[in-house]
Amino acid sequence: MSRRDITAVLSFSIVAIFFIFGALMIHPFGAPDETGMDDNIITNAQTETGANNAVTSVVFDYRGLDTLGETTILFTAVAAIIMIFRRLNK
Amino acid sequence: MSGMSKIVKTISGIAFPFITIYGLYIIAHGHLTPGGGFQGGAIVASGCAMILVSYGSIWTMNRVREKNLSILESLGAVCFILLALLGLGFGTVFFNNFLVGTNSLFGVVPAVGSGLANINTGGVIPLMNFAVGLKVIVGLFGIVLVMAYASRTKEGKK
Amino acid sequence: MIFNIPFIAVAALILIGLYAVIFKRNLIKMVIGITLIESGVNLFLITLGYREGSIAPIYTSSPGGIMALPVPQALTLTSIVIGVAVLALMLSLVIHIYRHYGTLDVRKIGGPEE
Repeated sequence: MSRRDITAVLSFSIVAIFFIFGALMIHPFGAPDETGMDDNIITNAQTETGANNAVTSVVFDYRGLDTLGETTILFTAVAAIIMIFRRLNK
Repeated sequence: MSGMSKIVKTISGIAFPFITIYGLYIIAHGHLTPGGGFQGGAIVASGCAMILVSYGSIWTMNRVREKNLSILESLGAVCFILLALLGLGFGTVFFNNFLVGTNSLFGVVPAVGSGLANINTGGVIPLMNFAVGLKVIVGLFGIVLVMAYASRTKEGKK
Repeated sequence: MIFNIPFIAVAALILIGLYAVIFKRNLIKMVIGITLIESGVNLFLITLGYREGSIAPIYTSSPGGIMALPVPQALTLTSIVIGVAVLALMLSLVIHIYRHYGTLDVRKIGGPEE
């Protein structure tokens, strides 16, 4: 076992301990702390966006910029993949 | 990949229209029921991937060029950004829902609370669902097609 | 403590993925580890937005009652599509690496050119 393996095992153990403690110390399941924004969206989504599905109204209306960035990521990934395989096929 | 047997080709050809119709239904009802552009697009792209697996990548690549796929995907992205910019032009801000409340296309405001579905609601949300759905269909199918075609050339070289 | 089981599942998923990323040598297994971390993050977001006894935030023929938080679900939707795109990109790069070096072992690639 080399020194690099010992370092990897040690750091992984520390991260694991933090994750387990975080999972045990977080607020109980089913009772989120801050719900003001979501309650506002649930109340007003039908009159403000006209959609019955509140999740879709969040995706395309309230947080449309997130969706714009996400479609940009998908577009970039497809362009990169086509570019990689076009070079490979020649 | 060079295609599978005749039974698989026939059965996948029968099942493909139903999968496509179901995916388009998910896209068109994205503002009413669970689903939307991403999920329905993934369903239709899965159907196209089934055709790709059963018929082989060479057959598919001869009929669907990746250039056409790129054009369609860019069309979806341009439609999405154009709808957002129309919100800036007709309304006040970027991504403004300018169609809701106008009683025109998709402009009806539904009754508050639980109720039956009315497809003529949602403002620009159904149009954005269609744009994103086109983009996801073509993007995912393009990824699968290009990767399958690249692995084909490797088998041919050996 | 028993009600925190979803959070413990999140921690387990992320730790299994981290283990695969750190200790495995095969590139495909590392990609699987990164996908497991993504799944853990998605599960964490969904778990944060759940309220006790709530229904999905959709008004069409809903039975009534309190609704789950819609914003974490929307962010998870975004995260899933980004995960698909990143997974496809990683696998393409792995194919590229395999054709270039002829191996998937991370200790053997990256050395001097041939």
